[in-house]
Amino acid sequence: MIPALTLILLFQLFGEVLSRALMLPLPGPVLGMLFLLVALSLSPGVRRIVTPVAQFILSHLSLLFVPAGVGIVAHLDELRAHGPALAVALIVSTLAAIVAGATAFVIVAKLTGSASDD
Amino acid sequence: MTDPFKLWSYLSSEPLLWLWATLMAYWIGDLLFRLSGRNPFANPVVVAVVILGGVLLSTGTPYQRYFDGAQFVHFMLGPATVCLAVPLYLNWPKVRRAILPIAAGLVVGSATAILSVLAIAKAMGAGPVLLASLAPKSVTAPVAIGISQELGGEPSLTAALVLITGMIGAITVTPMLNLLGFRDWRARGLAVGVAAHGIGTARAFQVHETAGAFASIGMGMNAVLTAFLAPLILSLF
Repeated sequence: MIPALTLILLFQLFGEVLSRALMLPLPGPVLGMLFLLVALSLSPGVRRIVTPVAQFILSHLSLLFVPAGVGIVAHLDELRAHGPALAVALIVSTLAAIVAGATAFVIVAKLTGSASDD
Repeated sequence: MTDPFKLWSYLSSEPLLWLWATLMAYWIGDLLFRLSGRNPFANPVVVAVVILGGVLLSTGTPYQRYFDGAQFVHFMLGPATVCLAVPLYLNWPKVRRAILPIAAGLVVGSATAILSVLAIAKAMGAGPVLLASLAPKSVTAPVAIGISQELGGEPSLTAALVLITGMIGAITVTPMLNLLGFRDWRARGLAVGVAAHGIGTARAFQVHETAGAFASIGMGMNAVLTAFLAPLILSLF
């Protein structure tokens, strides 16, 4: 547990430093994810140490969005002021983006013969 | 005996109470999700947010005081994002064979998300600040806040819109794509990661490991793509 957390936080730290030093549009944790991906592919040791802990953390990923989600209460007045426009725009746009993205994926997968295997 | 009012004012200003309340509300949400036969409408994040929002409003607790306790949970978002490398690594052979479909789903999904939200909101009378706050709504919150700021939006409003978008995506993705007959887990995952960032990705992991891995890719890459696309598309409105 401790070695895995130390490694995970180390990669996040690398990501934060690089993101700030080069003023990249990507947040530190996303860069940290890329670093960990490289480390996983290079080192069986990293794979053995990090994999079970990462899978445990990811199995509770939803929980981690709750504190930020509760922040909606701080914006209730603004949200209510634009209520109908926001509701329609967010719902229709999110559904449209999911269907459009999935459709484009499936069409190109067919064209390029990239079949799914499950 | 201690005055119950004093006890409340002590507890409600300490991190312990709100950290506990966050775990408790999520636990209730997760129980309801299981009891409902994993019904997507009983999404644990949505249930927990509704419970905690109700408690804060009815006790008059400011969000900042709640967050002082809940920040310990919030902090883990960063390390959890790093951890997304593990399912990506485990699914790497599948990812490599699907580079072109991934690129197509990403570009089409991302552009649709930005264009449609701006067109609908504008038609319904939204002003320039609200439009700028809406443009990055499908992107993971830390990136969306940065984009919103650059476009002249209101960053904290964007954060709320991003979270609502994530919840809409997480609730609707499974029934909608089942109804439309999409069977490819890669397509389903990628699309929800692009349209509904981390909350959609968390939902994808609940449904299928491959969907979760592809959702992580969609979320990560859309953060970069939207940073380029949002200013271009917003300039059309």
